[in-house]
Amino acid sequence: MDPTSLTAFISIASAALAIAIGSVGPALGEGRAVAQALQAIAQQPDESNTISRTLFVGLAMIESTAIYCFVVSMILIFANPFWNHFVQAAGGE
Amino acid sequence: MTISPDEIVLFRWGVVELNATIGLSWLVMLLLVVVSAAITRNLSTGTGMSRWQNLLEVLVTGMRDQIREVSRQDPGIYLPFVGTLFLFIATANLLMILPGWMPPTGSLSTTTALALSVFIAVPLFGIAQQGVLEYLRHYVRPTPLMLPFNLIGELSRTLALAVRLYGNVMSGTVIVAILVGIAPLVFPIVMRALGLLTGLIQAYIFAVLAMVYIASATTAYREEEQAARSTRDRDPMNHSKED
Repeated sequence: MDPTSLTAFISIASAALAIAIGSVGPALGEGRAVAQALQAIAQQPDESNTISRTLFVGLAMIESTAIYCFVVSMILIFANPFWNHFVQAAGGE
Repeated sequence: MTISPDEIVLFRWGVVELNATIGLSWLVMLLLVVVSAAITRNLSTGTGMSRWQNLLEVLVTGMRDQIREVSRQDPGIYLPFVGTLFLFIATANLLMILPGWMPPTGSLSTTTALALSVFIAVPLFGIAQQGVLEYLRHYVRPTPLMLPFNLIGELSRTLALAVRLYGNVMSGTVIVAILVGIAPLVFPIVMRALGLLTGLIQAYIFAVLAMVYIASATTAYREEEQAARSTRDRDPMNHSKED
């Protein structure tokens, strides 16, 4: 396999791996957080304002790890620096 | 496929380019300023008010309440900064309801600029509330061993603020662009509606996180001081009872 197609192959495969593995962890974490928050609201309905605000902020913090993986895989697919290097080398010849 | 408004260049003078990100940001700013100025031109203090004044009052009192609840301080000096962040991001994201609108927050340059303004505002508010020395002492608390971690945390949370907003808005745009290619009938509209919800939540979260960072720079010491004072207050009472 020549270097160009090897770069493309590895980039696409690692983009898929990044978003696949990177979405499992935050999904589990968000599930736990929402379950605990619902339990807390069920026990103390008066505090639901504070709990849901903290829940939203916490969910955003957890979700940002998945977003990082998404950004990395988007970079690998649409703005890959290694791929661009090969494209420029081919154009420069 | 254009995934960010950075790629659209509106004008070019020599080396200076005006891309769509800057143009759309200016449009959002212009919209906010013109609408607010038009509404606040004739305010009424009586019971009869225009519906637009009612809208602004709901927004401002809502933001004041949220800031007070998050920071447990008077929202007066924080409202202009945090409220502007919220209004700008929310307007930029909610205008996605217009066809062809690309939110300027879907570009990493805009979100980096917003995160940098938070990065600068945190020490400014902290120093204004506590003075330079007290603010700098934050970094060696609880022990000087934590100094590098505090510094890294300060930088990484700025990066996280920028990438979080960018990633959320950009992912909405990309998903809609992909769905237009695959199933162009109904599904892009559903994802756009979801994007409106995500955009509003992200604006809220950005403002709340900025407020949390500012509050952590302005209140941490005060709480310790209060705790120390309350124990000090309690001690003489115990002594007097014993006496």
